[in-house]
Amino acid sequence: MSESPQPLYAPQEPIFPRRVTGFFRTFKWWIMAVTLGIYYLTPWIRWDRGPALPDQAVLVDLANRRFYFFWIEIWPHEFYFVAGLLIMAGLGLFLFTSALGRVWCGYACPQTVWTDLFILVERWIEGDRNARVRLWNAKWDVKKWRLRLTKWTVWLLISVATGGAWVFYFTDAPTLLRNLLTFDAPMIAYTTIAVLTATTFLFGGFMREQVCIYMCPWPRIQGAMMDDDTLTVGYREWRGEPRGKKRTEGTGDCIDCMACVNVCPMGIDIRDGQQMECITCALCIDACDDIMAKIGKERGLIDYLALADEPREREGQKPRPIWQHILRTRTIIYTTLWSLIGALLVFALFIRSDIDLTVEPVRNPTFITMSDGSIRNTYLVRLRNKLGEPRDFRISLRSDAVLRLELEGAEERIITVAPDSTTQQRVYVIARPQDPAASVARTDLRLWVEDVESNARASRDTSFDGKADQ
Amino acid sequence: MADKDIDETSGIETTGHDWDGIKELNNPLPRWWLWCFYLTIIWGVGYSIAYPAWPMITGATSGLLGYSTRAEVAQEIARFEEQNAGLETALAEVDLTTLAENTELNRYAVAAGGAVFRAQCSQCHGSGAAGAVGYPNLLDDDWLWGGDIESIAYTIRHGIRNETDFDARWSEMPAFGDILERDEIDGVVQHVLALSGQDHDAEMATIGAGVFMDQCAACHGDGGEGIRDLGAPNLTDAIWLYGGDVAALTETVRNARFGIMPPWGERLGEADTNAVAAYVHQLGGGE
Repeated sequence: MSESPQPLYAPQEPIFPRRVTGFFRTFKWWIMAVTLGIYYLTPWIRWDRGPALPDQAVLVDLANRRFYFFWIEIWPHEFYFVAGLLIMAGLGLFLFTSALGRVWCGYACPQTVWTDLFILVERWIEGDRNARVRLWNAKWDVKKWRLRLTKWTVWLLISVATGGAWVFYFTDAPTLLRNLLTFDAPMIAYTTIAVLTATTFLFGGFMREQVCIYMCPWPRIQGAMMDDDTLTVGYREWRGEPRGKKRTEGTGDCIDCMACVNVCPMGIDIRDGQQMECITCALCIDACDDIMAKIGKERGLIDYLALADEPREREGQKPRPIWQHILRTRTIIYTTLWSLIGALLVFALFIRSDIDLTVEPVRNPTFITMSDGSIRNTYLVRLRNKLGEPRDFRISLRSDAVLRLELEGAEERIITVAPDSTTQQRVYVIARPQDPAASVARTDLRLWVEDVESNARASRDTSFDGKADQ
Repeated sequence: MADKDIDETSGIETTGHDWDGIKELNNPLPRWWLWCFYLTIIWGVGYSIAYPAWPMITGATSGLLGYSTRAEVAQEIARFEEQNAGLETALAEVDLTTLAENTELNRYAVAAGGAVFRAQCSQCHGSGAAGAVGYPNLLDDDWLWGGDIESIAYTIRHGIRNETDFDARWSEMPAFGDILERDEIDGVVQHVLALSGQDHDAEMATIGAGVFMDQCAACHGDGGEGIRDLGAPNLTDAIWLYGGDVAALTETVRNARFGIMPPWGERLGEADTNAVAAYVHQLGGGE
């Protein structure tokens, strides 16, 4: 054996992405501004729901088991809305991945967005690629310390803001901010901020591409949604090769300027073909287009390509139009499923009632005999008032059989339910000895609850157990 | 040593393992991964020093931080007790007749009473309070000693026919087997069947009616409707503590019954006694 054995552990290769301008870079700045804006500002949007309910537009109120989203309020038993949204998010991801490859990774993933932001800060403080490479190799003198410390401080501030924004989604934001500053906030708030600050600082500042390559499972799963028609960032090797100086005879369009490599945040060479590390951020497209324009060649040496077009393009034909790649069976199936669930959720939201009840028949015992020989069943009825004001609910009974309804502790059959809450009420149904229901094993009945004012109502079917003959 | 196996496409050395032609590239792990591994070891050592970890002959090491889940539970319980201290005091001093007007206290009392009931009362009265033969059903509208909330509280506090509490509810039906002839007893039984509207022998019932007026009416009333102050049950209704058929009634008249309930006032304390009374009162029979 002449060669030394392969190392077991490899150090992280430092990457110094160069500044780039172009269509995709501009597009990504916009996406960054919008996504970060949504993340940081959403908890501060106010939404008036009346005096009994919180006035924060988006609030995950874990303590009171409520989720508020603008005009929508979700109770724990309506969690299917959240499940539905998560399924839609999943299917949406499938759709975009099968159509446009790792577009989530390249544009919208928080890891990408925050890393982009951190690289931007890095460039403002330490300069562009060449300056940063020099600084990396420089001795730890005053200047290096100063630049590094400045950069880390700014990163840390962004990280604190990021971790801080997260906790505002779970309680009233202005109150929490005040409490955080006066050290009156609960420990869990500080712990959450500390953990998220640490992960943001570490992942955005130092781990960067390592997160995508080694830690994230999504890149490994995405392969299942991609095929030859999926658009992905690629190099037109048939047009670029062999690489060489511009004026050299017999060379391709690639002048081997390394622009695409220098701008890559993942530190790869797209010209090596499809790679696991590539998050399709499309910055190499911008970089190459810029060079092509300078040397007077057609843009698109590096471009969004479908692998299926490669044979056509090698023969000098034009690639098929993009819509032909995107419109195919699997994307249609994903879109259909996505829309179906979306329509179902909208429908469910539309028919969502602000009044509801559940009925739990008491089965211990199933019935009792009263002193006059009547048979009585008990039901634990839970009344739900989903509005922000107290309401009077009337309970009533419908059945083909002769049955009487009584409420524990209430002469009238009207119960007042506090705003945005539930009340449990013991309800009795009674059959006199001469009524058939008293001696029949099972009689069906329906309990209604009705808002005395608005007439909104809901019902549940249950049954009455009689004292059946042996 | 064998030659290195280099993968053709990637030019990377493989592990040399071969599964039906599928080989594994021997890419090196990132170094930070190794650091994380060392960090978990350090963390593990630190954790086992700070927290209870190592089994010993009796118990385990207690850890430098002195953490214990048991202590945490005790702390939680103490926290809730402190939180509810005000309600507990109010419940111990409340006038039961006005309890229902105080919604918050009433809800607390019913919940607390339910918990006490399941722990202390359900053994005899059943977890659903439906009772059993000899143990009253607390759900119905028939009460031996009164079904208003204060009467219920009194019964709970002092119990029935026990010798530990001088204020216990007390009544005692004589065993008429020693007093009456057999046919007189049979007659009384038939009369009681008639009182409660059941099938009976009219002739024997007529004989029994006379005996009833002499022997039973003093406590059960002339019409057999019972007298609560004496704890004498109503014989005209559909509810029977020991059964309402001929055999059960004959047994009751001949040998009498003597159900006992212990006094709970001292064991439960004022607040819990009131709580159980509130719970029982809202089960459906409360007056």
